[in-house]
Amino acid sequence: MPNSETIFTIVTFIYGLAFILYVAAWIFKKSLPGKTATGVLIAAAAGNSAGFVLRWAESHQMGYGYVPLSNLYESLVFFALCIAVIYLVIEYRYKVRTIGVFASIVPFLAMAYASLPSVDSQIQPLIPALQSNWLIAHVITCFLGYAAFAIACGISIMYLIKSASASPDTGTVGRFPDADTMDELTHQMIAFGFLFLSVGIITGAIWADQAWGRYWGWDPKETWSLITWLIYATLLHARFMRGWEGRRIAYLSCLGFVAVLFTYFGVNLLPGLHSYQ
Amino acid sequence: MNNQKHASTAPAAFVDRIWDFFASVRLSVVLLLSLAATSIIGTVIPQNADPSLYARKFGPDLYSVLDALSIFNMYQSWWFRLLLCLLVINLVVCSVRRLKATWKVIFPKKTHFNPDRFKKAAGRIEWQVPDTPAGELKDTIEQYMQKRYSHVQTRQENDSWWIFGERGRWTRLGVYGVHLSVVLLVIGGLIGSLFGFEGMMNVPEGETRRSITLRNSDETRQLDFSVRCDDFTVSHYPSGRPKEYRSDIAIIENEKEVETHRLRVNDPLRYKGINIFQSSYGQNAAEKFTVVFTDTDSGMRFEKQGAMGETVDLPAGKGELTVEDFSGNFAFRGHNVGPAFLASLNPSSGEQRPVLLPVNYPKFDRMRGGDYAISIEDVEYTYYTGLQVTRDPGVPLVYISFALMILACYVTFFMFQQKIGIEVQDSDTGVRVAVGGISERKRPGIRTAVRRLAAKLQKQTNQSTAG
Repeated sequence: MPNSETIFTIVTFIYGLAFILYVAAWIFKKSLPGKTATGVLIAAAAGNSAGFVLRWAESHQMGYGYVPLSNLYESLVFFALCIAVIYLVIEYRYKVRTIGVFASIVPFLAMAYASLPSVDSQIQPLIPALQSNWLIAHVITCFLGYAAFAIACGISIMYLIKSASASPDTGTVGRFPDADTMDELTHQMIAFGFLFLSVGIITGAIWADQAWGRYWGWDPKETWSLITWLIYATLLHARFMRGWEGRRIAYLSCLGFVAVLFTYFGVNLLPGLHSYQ
Repeated sequence: MNNQKHASTAPAAFVDRIWDFFASVRLSVVLLLSLAATSIIGTVIPQNADPSLYARKFGPDLYSVLDALSIFNMYQSWWFRLLLCLLVINLVVCSVRRLKATWKVIFPKKTHFNPDRFKKAAGRIEWQVPDTPAGELKDTIEQYMQKRYSHVQTRQENDSWWIFGERGRWTRLGVYGVHLSVVLLVIGGLIGSLFGFEGMMNVPEGETRRSITLRNSDETRQLDFSVRCDDFTVSHYPSGRPKEYRSDIAIIENEKEVETHRLRVNDPLRYKGINIFQSSYGQNAAEKFTVVFTDTDSGMRFEKQGAMGETVDLPAGKGELTVEDFSGNFAFRGHNVGPAFLASLNPSSGEQRPVLLPVNYPKFDRMRGGDYAISIEDVEYTYYTGLQVTRDPGVPLVYISFALMILACYVTFFMFQQKIGIEVQDSDTGVRVAVGGISERKRPGIRTAVRRLAAKLQKQTNQSTAG
């Protein structure tokens, strides 16, 4: 039986294949590669989930027994899974496939990053601070939020490409969803992401209160998650109260995702409790 | 809504202007982005570090400017707190003003439904029902709507029956819930910073301590009780990673033991509003140990009983050694060599010099190249446990605000007020039923709601036809 790492390596390539098929379906406007792409992405997500469960079982076999959400490697794997699953729900509900181009490349890149030698993939037992059920709630909610923001950013980029295009209704750009659908989807994803980011920050605060006796310590990761939250709060107010739409919202959505990326990766360059050491 | 009032006196106009300033969403956007932008500073410049470090890093001039701006403690600075304070005022004023204006919309005495709006509603769904009289269909639909919606009204307009219903009106309050949660959070945080404290205490095994050192200061504070550490253990996984830090502690009040607790990380003790957390630990060497002198030529060992601060003689009158200090984690040229003693060697010939004696590396002193290599053995350690001690009376309010924020965010984003208008009209081919729905702010979910309702009604009307 293969170990979880092998499965994740295979899954990386399946995500890559899904990406190629989504691009093919988008450029050549064929339904066969499109349907295949969906099937391949479902397979990748299923493999990703299977690997996750297997890694969980492996940690039990090694006598540590923890939910695999405790280091950079495991978080990348989970991030990829969240994006794939959220996107598949959107594809099913809105019958749009072009977003799959973004929704398959990000999991592919996340998994490829996880496979780099600099990212430690060993199953390591949990240090005392991480031995808490709040860890699970905190990581799951944060990454659902991050994944929704990633998809929102992908759609916003498509929106910006479409609105800058000289012929927005024809050719490859014409096959993007219409502007209203994209605007609506961006908003849906940001609302979803904002709720989960809020829950993620709150569960993290409760955990910090349990472990260190303070719910907020202005640690760089905490602060950056707040910065992200503030940017998306700005976006929501600009949209609802000042009627911002279209390009301006798309730019804010991209800015928000830059903050997400910095919260996720950039903070590791700064000193603090969250630096995945 | 301001234009019809307050034309009277100048002070009133001034108050109005201030009110308008704080009621603007533009101010909210500016404040949110300012808080986001300024927060970055404190993540790039480490906060509350030693002033001498900053002075070295930035130079004396820049240091004094940055220090005057409280950059090194920015999240507690007056200007950051001012921004937060402005945000809270802005939020309260905006919410009060909007709630005043929309209260009657949210809770009208009578609900009005305008058939034209439902006719024009996007995503309206129509279907034909043969063989059932319009009146009967109307009754079936009305019954169904009574169960699922409130404020259900039925009336005849021209040649159509209209059944209206509404639900989720209260969800419009969701956004005020989110705002209230932010206000409660800030108040909770303020209570904590005004009436709470945070400090550290190191308690050696077997000893009792009462005072804590406050965070980011040299001040100490006496607790109303003492803490005794009965035992401290640290266990490791086979790989060497720490597995558990554990302190058995007892609370002593009025010289009586009132509570004991096995303290672990993530398992604090809460006693009389004060929280005690396992935070760190350290090693104290026991007072007694063995000093070993190994003749570098013959390899002969000479052992002597040593004690902290005392002097032992080297063999053959070659001098004397005073053990002066101990460190649990000594850094030698950037490498942690673990527990180590610092001693002063005073040879009979030559100058006095310091020697480092790492316990885990007994051959370390050979590098010095003296007549005797010195090492220290048979050290019995005692540990001290490092406890974080906090008091934060704002926490209950903060937790309430957390719960409210999650709940209210969910209501705001995923629930909405919906009004439904169903038209039942006789036509040549049977009865035409059309379901239309409208929501505040054109929520995308309304289409799904209409689709689901139409599917349910189709089933209901078919059943009634079959029956």
